[in-house]
Amino acid sequence: MAEQVAVRRATALRASGLIYRFGQHVAVDHVDLDVAAGEAFGLLGPNGAGKTTTIRIMTTLLPVQEGEVDVFGRDVRRAKMAVRRSIGYLPQQLSADAALTGRENVALFARLFDVPSRERRDRVAEVLDAVGLTPSADRLAKTYSGGMVRRLELAQALVNRPRMLILDEPTIGLDPIARGDVWQHVRDLRESTGMTVLLTTHYMDEADQMCDRIALMHEGSIRACGPPDELKATLGPGTTLEEVFRHYTGGTLDEQGGSFRDVRQTRRTARRLG
Amino acid sequence: MTSVRLGEPHAGSGEAVASLARLPNRIGALCLVELQKLRHDRTELVTRSIQPALWLLIFGTTFTRIRAIPTGNVPYLDFLAPGILAQSALFISIFFGIQVIWERDAGVLAKLLVTPTPRAALVTAKAFAAGVRAIAQVVIVLVLAALLGVDLTVNPLRWLAAVLVVVLGSAFFCCLSITIAGLVLTRERLMGIGQAITMPLFFASNALYPVAIMPVWLKVLSRVNPLSYEVDALRGMLVGTPHNLALDVVVLVVAAAASISVASALLGRLAR
Ligand SMILES: Nc1ncnc2c1ncn2[C@@H]1O[C@H](COP(=O)(O)OP(=O)(O)OP(=O)(O)O)[C@@H](O)[C@H]1O
Ligand SMILES: [Mg+2]
Repeated sequence: MAEQVAVRRATALRASGLIYRFGQHVAVDHVDLDVAAGEAFGLLGPNGAGKTTTIRIMTTLLPVQEGEVDVFGRDVRRAKMAVRRSIGYLPQQLSADAALTGRENVALFARLFDVPSRERRDRVAEVLDAVGLTPSADRLAKTYSGGMVRRLELAQALVNRPRMLILDEPTIGLDPIARGDVWQHVRDLRESTGMTVLLTTHYMDEADQMCDRIALMHEGSIRACGPPDELKATLGPGTTLEEVFRHYTGGTLDEQGGSFRDVRQTRRTARRLG
Repeated sequence: MTSVRLGEPHAGSGEAVASLARLPNRIGALCLVELQKLRHDRTELVTRSIQPALWLLIFGTTFTRIRAIPTGNVPYLDFLAPGILAQSALFISIFFGIQVIWERDAGVLAKLLVTPTPRAALVTAKAFAAGVRAIAQVVIVLVLAALLGVDLTVNPLRWLAAVLVVVLGSAFFCCLSITIAGLVLTRERLMGIGQAITMPLFFASNALYPVAIMPVWLKVLSRVNPLSYEVDALRGMLVGTPHNLALDVVVLVVAAAASISVASALLGRLAR
């Protein structure tokens, strides 16, 4: 018992019995999650599975209706400000202010996260450089490609040096090169900082490569959770995550779920800014 | 290549006091953004001057000539200029609710709401940003008015008071529109309501004609309309008509404070 406690790493995020209803519709249904500090954790599921809703509860955007959520030991319900300070968040949508330059976008967040004025200029330059946007930092964000906006958003989230990065479909709507690019930056970041990363995606291969552990989510609940290799191994050698998913949910990622609203929302994320 | 480091966990105690202390910084940050946008795209500053220019040029000069509206010993154009100034500030600040909805649709609002910024600080900052934006517009209208021969004050203290009044008025109308945005939630509905209320707000005030010549029902409306107090103060400060600055400022401060608190309570609804 004592050993177990010693081995266990600090918890970045813990959710238990999480339920969220939009009116009658149960979007999140008894979700339990445990993400260790330093871990890359993936939430996988088809359109409408409840991934975004779960994440929006953790980021304080939606109230905790039922259940408990802690981020680095702070209750999301009570310590909202402390929770917000500890996370960097990329919403599902491409979201940077199109009427500002890349640098101005990042500088705004530096100020909103109380980066001391002495350090601000350097830190803004540092994160822009880290995502490879230095050459285009002074162009208006409306001239950026989708991949550049995503990297700009990473810079915005990182300027606060968060303990956990929350990425909601960071590569949706990007071409394969831009996608690989975003993941490379996330990977570099993890290597140099050991930052906790919580991400959602419906690209199985990306989750397989990026995540230490994944949770398969379907119709609001988590159907299976574990390291990708373990999940695959349970179904015998040579299984793909796709097959694992089908096994646990009885459907494929492509054909399951997805009301018109879900698909429309997803498509909107694929467009460029404003 | 990545040289980003992890931050220290922040202390959570005294968060309320600390966030109050950071309020000026928040307001500064969001006002700065407003100025940066203005710098990147100055066309809006020009296009938004067309309407006030027409009011002054056509309505103002015509009615000055025919003397249809009794304004005592001030020429009608002088009487009208502060009213038009308040009107252009009103049109700008009423637009801020739409901007907030636009930011919601663009996903920017969600990210702002996930920064450690209290809702009230975000709204207050928007209110000030509306003020800053309005001031930029007001300067243009004032230059126009001066060119048309309006006899404006040269007293810097009065100018300062006028700036304060414009900021307060804009803050109120900005938060009024954020409040409506928080209630109706969609851009289309807000645009409809915005269009439905701005002209009545303008006409049911003392911006175009003195209260003395209004029918009773209009007098009552004008009395409860914060725009009237803004115009009264601006007219008093800029062209020296009789006014009640203390009352005007008190009404505007109370209206702004009330609308800021209601708008902050509703802001979170937009991100659900
Ligand atoms: N604001 C809302 N009002 C009503 N229902 C909503 C709202 N947001 C989401 N839902 C519903 O809740 C369910 C879960 O949605 P959610 O966005 O969390 O799914 P998701 O897993 O993120 O899907 P996607 O892959 O499309 O992003 C869906 O059925 C969706 O239609
Ligand atoms: Mg989603």
